[in-house]
Amino acid sequence: MDNATSLQADLAVRTRDLNLWYGTFQALFDVDLDIKQGIITSLIGPSGCGKSTFLRAINRINERLGYVRTTGTIDVCGHNILDESVELVQVRKQIGMVFQRPNPLPLSIRDNVLCGHRLHTPKGERVSREDHDDIVEEVLKQVLLWDAVKDILKRPAISLSLEQQQKLCIARLLPVKPTLLLMDEPCSALDPAATAAVEELIWELKGKFTIVIVTHNMAQARRASDECIFMLMGKVVEHGPTDQTFVTPQHKETADYIEGRYG
Amino acid sequence: MFAATELNNGNRRTQTLIKVLLLTMTLLLIVPVLIILTMLIVKGGPVLSFEFLFSDPKDEMTAGGIFPALMGTVWLVSVALLASVPLGVAAAIYLSEYAGDNWFTRTINLAIINLAGVPSIVHALFGVGAFVLFFKFGTSILAASLTLAVMTLPVVIVATRESLQAVPQAFREACWNMGATRWQTIRRVVLPNSISGILTGVILEVSRTAGETAPIMFTGAVIFMPFLPEGVGDQTMAMSLHLYAMATQVPLPEHATNLPYGVALVLIGMVLAMNAVSIGFRVWLRGKKKW
Ligand SMILES: Nc1ncnc2c1ncn2[C@@H]1O[C@H](COP(=O)(O)OP(=O)(O)OP(=O)(O)O)[C@@H](O)[C@H]1O
Ligand SMILES: [Mg+2]
Repeated sequence: MDNATSLQADLAVRTRDLNLWYGTFQALFDVDLDIKQGIITSLIGPSGCGKSTFLRAINRINERLGYVRTTGTIDVCGHNILDESVELVQVRKQIGMVFQRPNPLPLSIRDNVLCGHRLHTPKGERVSREDHDDIVEEVLKQVLLWDAVKDILKRPAISLSLEQQQKLCIARLLPVKPTLLLMDEPCSALDPAATAAVEELIWELKGKFTIVIVTHNMAQARRASDECIFMLMGKVVEHGPTDQTFVTPQHKETADYIEGRYG
Repeated sequence: MFAATELNNGNRRTQTLIKVLLLTMTLLLIVPVLIILTMLIVKGGPVLSFEFLFSDPKDEMTAGGIFPALMGTVWLVSVALLASVPLGVAAAIYLSEYAGDNWFTRTINLAIINLAGVPSIVHALFGVGAFVLFFKFGTSILAASLTLAVMTLPVVIVATRESLQAVPQAFREACWNMGATRWQTIRRVVLPNSISGILTGVILEVSRTAGETAPIMFTGAVIFMPFLPEGVGDQTMAMSLHLYAMATQVPLPEHATNLPYGVALVLIGMVLAMNAVSIGFRVWLRGKKKW
């Protein structure tokens, strides 16, 4: 293995010349990013700068809007997912996404955890109840939710608090065994205590997954991430270790934004 | 300091006046319904009997019952639904879940809207041309039901599509993000959560179909046929046409003038029962809904 490929193998996401249009409106401009494996990267920037668009490009969820056009390359684990030969289902299995508003399915807590797993169980293969139970217990423990819900697994997921729902939404990704978790403002619908709890969970998951988290909360970005990307008007302005970005930003725009001068 | 001024009093009087006016209008609205129902019950009620419902018409339809017409309507509606529901639901799923927004789907939408606005007599003529003559089904239940099906399709499609679109997008995205295909998403999440709306639409459609006269009268329904159809190739009597015939085509003797009211009452009863089922169903499913 030569140097370039071994370097690439350390990257969870690598984009080159990524441009994205909604119809005629260009939302991303030549985005070149190297997001490292196994760490937490935060994505900050004013409203409308393309953070969500970038995340949604990585798991190609934008495509369902017929008018979206993407050019460039997005390598996830070394493979360009925009390549024609790529099976979308396999991409999505690798990449879990968490949304701003918790979106549990209208099923029981248990079924929510298992739905992803069931989707990928081959037809005709029976998974025993015990195996399912094990999965549920394992992932709910992983998201620090087990103790709170172990006696109410049959209840509708929607009856949980928002914090618990958000944890559940993270939990249901795990049985599919993703390597990359994309989180789009996962705490913005939560109160401070719940935010702290979910942040704690994100810390907990660090190392096992590569995490990219969009946030409007500077304190959160600073607390909870190893690297930080600052975007403005669809372009990447700055990308570096979080401490460095916050203490000695390389660009004036970054400094302005961090100090709350706009956005 | 807080006493009402002349202006306040004036405004209050206008306000009361308007309220009374609007209430009167609303009451006026339900008066015809009440009158119709009362008349039907008063005049048609005495006609109703077990025998009326379950025996054949006799003496040039001036006596006897309505059983063939009742069963005929059941036949017509059932076959029409068998044709329109699978087709309509499939089309709605395609339009709502698969198709993008392009000239093709826009044309189809336009066609659906226009189809919904076509008068039923035009559907009848279409039915004669297409099913009776071109496909050589003859005047038969099949031809009549297919005509009804064409007529009800747009409503089935629109009702289904609306219920599908009422399912939050977040549910779909949740599934897609776990690597579900579109079909898996539809089957596991979208359909289970929209089935109540779809069924309500379908049942409402049934009640409308049951009352239609024009589309069936040239395509398969006949005025008098005092026995039951045996298959979709047969002609049949139908409630709506029976009512039309009794009211306008046959001179009814003195003792039988109330017969049409009885027929109308049964027809309205069928429709209302259907609607009640549909509403009850919706309430029940909504109670089970988890979001
Ligand atoms: N579906 C869409 N169709 C058309 N334009 C869109 C669509 N989604 C986003 N945009 C536009 O793309 C730009 C980037 O949007 P995006 O949602 O990625 O911003 P964001 O950084 O996530 O903002 P926020 O912080 O408010 O979530 C915005 O100007 C927005 O108006
Ligand atoms: Mg956003």
